[in-house]
Amino acid sequence: MATKISPPSSRFSGTPSQPDATDSEQASPRKNPLLVDKAAPRVTAVEMGARQREISVSEFFTKNRHLLGFDNPRKALLTCVKEAVDNSLDACEEAGILPDVTVKLETVANGQTPMSPSQATRFRITVTDNGPGIVRQQVPRIFAKLLYGSKFHRMRMSRGQQGIGISAAGMYGQLTTGKPVKVISRTGPRATAHYFEVQIDTKKNEPLVHEDKQIEWTQPQGTEVAIEVEGRYQKGRTSVDEWLEQTSIANPHVRLVYHTPEGETKEYPRTHHELPPSPKEIKPHPYGIEFGVLLKMLQDTKSHTVSSFMASDFCRVSPALAEEICKAAKVSPDARPRAVKPHLAETLYQTIQTTKIMAPPTNCISPIGEKAILSGLYKQIKGEFYTAVSRPPAVYRGNPFVIEAGLAFGKGPEESTRPQQAAMPLAEGEDHGHETELARVIRYANRVPLLFQQSACSTFKAVLNTTWRNYGMAQSRGALPAGPMVIFVHMASVWVPFTSESKEAIADYDEIQKEITLALREAGRRLGIFLRRKERAAGEFRRRNIFALYIEEVVEACNRLKGGTLPTEHLKEQLHKIASSRTGGLKTDEALGKTGVGPEGLPHSIIVTTEGIEGEAEVAQTPTAPVVSRQVAHTERHAETTAPVKPVRAPKIRPASGEAKPPSASKAKVVQQDLFVGNVSPGRKAALPKARRTRTTGIRKGK
Amino acid sequence: MAQVKPKKNGAVEKKLIGMADVVISAAQRAKDPTFAIPIRALSNVSFNPRKGLIEMGEKKQARSFFNVGMAKKFMQTMLVADALSELQRADLTTSLREIYYRTKHTIQDSHENTFDTQDESDPIIEDLEVSLVALREELHVRAENSGSIVGPVVFGDDGDRVDCARLGKGGYSVPSIVEPEYLEIRRCTADFLLLVEKGTQWNRLSEDKFWRRYNCVLLTGNGQPPRGVRRLARRLHEEYRLPVYVLVDNDPWGYYIYSVVKQGSINLAFESQRMAIPKAKFIGLSSADPEAYELPRNVGIKLNDKDITRAKELLNYRWFQKPAWQEEIKRMLANGLKFELDALANKDFQYLTKKYLPRKLKEKDWLD
Ligand SMILES: Nc1ncnc2c1ncn2[C@@H]1O[C@H](COP(=O)(O)OP(=O)(O)OP(=O)(O)O)[C@@H](O)[C@H]1O
Ligand SMILES: [Mg+2]
Repeated sequence: MATKISPPSSRFSGTPSQPDATDSEQASPRKNPLLVDKAAPRVTAVEMGARQREISVSEFFTKNRHLLGFDNPRKALLTCVKEAVDNSLDACEEAGILPDVTVKLETVANGQTPMSPSQATRFRITVTDNGPGIVRQQVPRIFAKLLYGSKFHRMRMSRGQQGIGISAAGMYGQLTTGKPVKVISRTGPRATAHYFEVQIDTKKNEPLVHEDKQIEWTQPQGTEVAIEVEGRYQKGRTSVDEWLEQTSIANPHVRLVYHTPEGETKEYPRTHHELPPSPKEIKPHPYGIEFGVLLKMLQDTKSHTVSSFMASDFCRVSPALAEEICKAAKVSPDARPRAVKPHLAETLYQTIQTTKIMAPPTNCISPIGEKAILSGLYKQIKGEFYTAVSRPPAVYRGNPFVIEAGLAFGKGPEESTRPQQAAMPLAEGEDHGHETELARVIRYANRVPLLFQQSACSTFKAVLNTTWRNYGMAQSRGALPAGPMVIFVHMASVWVPFTSESKEAIADYDEIQKEITLALREAGRRLGIFLRRKERAAGEFRRRNIFALYIEEVVEACNRLKGGTLPTEHLKEQLHKIASSRTGGLKTDEALGKTGVGPEGLPHSIIVTTEGIEGEAEVAQTPTAPVVSRQVAHTERHAETTAPVKPVRAPKIRPASGEAKPPSASKAKVVQQDLFVGNVSPGRKAALPKARRTRTTGIRKGK
Repeated sequence: MAQVKPKKNGAVEKKLIGMADVVISAAQRAKDPTFAIPIRALSNVSFNPRKGLIEMGEKKQARSFFNVGMAKKFMQTMLVADALSELQRADLTTSLREIYYRTKHTIQDSHENTFDTQDESDPIIEDLEVSLVALREELHVRAENSGSIVGPVVFGDDGDRVDCARLGKGGYSVPSIVEPEYLEIRRCTADFLLLVEKGTQWNRLSEDKFWRRYNCVLLTGNGQPPRGVRRLARRLHEEYRLPVYVLVDNDPWGYYIYSVVKQGSINLAFESQRMAIPKAKFIGLSSADPEAYELPRNVGIKLNDKDITRAKELLNYRWFQKPAWQEEIKRMLANGLKFELDALANKDFQYLTKKYLPRKLKEKDWLD
């Protein structure tokens, strides 16, 4: 480690995040500041006063970096990537540009000889986007001043909120490596590109510009951020790789290229070619604010009367309603907002809570959408069945939100039809290994994957509280369902209630729980239908197999009885026909995916078989004329498209003539990500009970 | 397999080939190939009191190919039919076990055997016997030889003269097929035939030359008499008018053996015509004998639950409805004891030969 940083102080009682990784630096022993050293002389108020002074945010951060996700080198690396990528996506979407983001991780030799990625302690993170770019004057403050941003003061859904993210990453880099943040930005093809090197003056929380020059840049528009940090690169759970992977699932409109520290290039192609609708900015809803915020708003408002303040600074409050609230609170509607006494403000606050106010408008959130979720899941996860559910908007504490859920189930057709080994009889108490694998939950808030603090998250609790047994899954009490399944849950909101500053888990509001549960039930119900149908079809198929197996024997016996003169092929054919018509005929074929006709009754679902995909097939396919951007062509699911880079998930396409194998000229590697990294539970095979139908409910008002 | 005299009787073979035709014509009509197989169970037999025989009823069971529960059995039936027709063509006889091995193989592209145990193929042969109305012998299937005969009777077996009065105490081993084409009865001067359940008692009687003293034929099937033994008894009874006496243990099983000899078995009721001996008499051991012959109670064996259930079942059989039989069975139940023939040795090793049977015959103490 280059710079020794004092351990985080316990003065700030926020909610210290629990480090998820084991190599936490917090283990170092520290003094408890509350313990009084007996030998030390008492200090006077004057002496204390001499020591009391302002703490700059940057100083605060220096000591409390775990609050922002820099608990340990491994997590810090991920946080830096995440902050930069989030910003790129936010900026592209706001500017109406389909995002094209490149992430590059490189090891940096720290004096000695270069180390392998798993050994290295220093990395350079470079994130490039095709976004709107940043105007020259703003660059230093954006990258080298904490709490500077465009998103904090708006009620609008975005990934970033606080104006802290990228400058915190830069500061972490500066603290651990001493290197400045390097930024290239260009606001359009006709503008010149600028190159900056900036650092933060941590005492003042002000930027220090080391370099500011025009440069030639190959990109017509966009931003590139490079930060050198102390970090650790490790694959697996809570890794950069996993985060990018999950980002790609929830953001199928993004094309992501990832250069790993090992020198591989992974591409997550764009499978959804529409930008999510741009969320509208709204004013706060009266139910959503806290008392302190109300007081502050009363102070800050430009309105001259309380009633006009109410009507213009909040959404869903008409002048008439404002009057009514004032009357009920016994506050004069014409009083000057700044003159309202605290105790009156309190009654005003109470009155607001008990007044019936229309739910806030919901166009401030932009859910991913069922099609896009399906597309993302299908692209990234091997499976047999996919479904997605977007709930109608709902409200918690005056904040509109939308819950979306998705399921990817199964091992993928390649695996499910792999010839089975001769079934070995199980000994008493023995169990088929694969049935004990637990489902995996992937969680998102405003399209950003949440990798830490799973068990504290409202989404995870809702998954546990869902009775998956109703949908044909095995599930032990209080556990995740067992089986090859990925459960996707997304909360989109103008304000996602996190359990702590580290933005890792969604707080457990009843309204949120309820919405997640309803979404999961609907998805589960569809899964149940799929599983039951599959089971039934498999039963018919087994029957048909039995007949097929014996037809051979029967025909041969008949032939021998008839002295070997029988037209055996003809007889076999006749018998096979009878067998097929007696085992559900076409219906079985269909359910088994042998005819290419999608099974009905499963909205927003994809069923995958060895021979192709059914259901929302168009989702899984992309336009035949893909947009070619920069040096790398799009890789599409279509056979006719040749691509220099293999898609991350190689599609299994209906055997078509001339299936084009992407040329292996590129060193890009196909990553067939298997999200089922199994935890093991005492799994039991569940029967297939009745599925319960959930009613879709409309928007409901918060408390 | 053993070579037998060639016969020019293709009737059985035609019936077997007919089974292939059932499949072929059903397939042509897009129908499920189905055989109707007479049910071999108590529910489908009736007792004909006039003839004194158990007769098979009309009830049949469909065996269809395109039925998951029956598909395998159907396939097995065809395989057995094929094997049986092979025997017909080659004019060979074989055993149940050899049929099992002949038809057993692994089904192509699978881990499944056509037959897993002989218990699967044996009933299919019986199914075919009843469906095709062909005797097992006609199907060229042998039962195991497990019977012995001794006494004043002369057979011609494969051209050899077999005089059962000159075969010492071991006697002649009864072949499994005793139809006239296979076994010729050249001479018989006996007055009656004694069918003994157990080999030990038959040995005792043979050793004591009981047959010579009472001029009879001694026959045993070592337990439930096999088909050859029953058929031979029937032939001697029919062709030489020998009265038949059955000597069994005093237990429900003994009663049942007697009833099978007398009026046929439930399982193969259709064969009663050629096997049963309606005039056969039950000479012992009767439940009345322990008292009459003063057998101490301690040589009896307590009836177990199975015995009791079985005895109660017998009480309900149509052919045990005669008052004497009801009394006989009820007496056993009342005593709560069963007695083996061997128990007579309690009195004397030769008690059976010297006292018991002479007195029984003299007193004509038997049940019909
Ligand atoms: N790649 C980019 N392209 C264009 N603008 C950007 C880019 N990165 C950052 N910005 C601008 O810089 C501001 C500050 O970014 P920063 O990450 O510090 O805060 P934030 O994204 O607003 O909130 P959070 O702290 O939650 O990340 C953003 O609000 C955005 O306006
Ligand atoms: Mg940000």
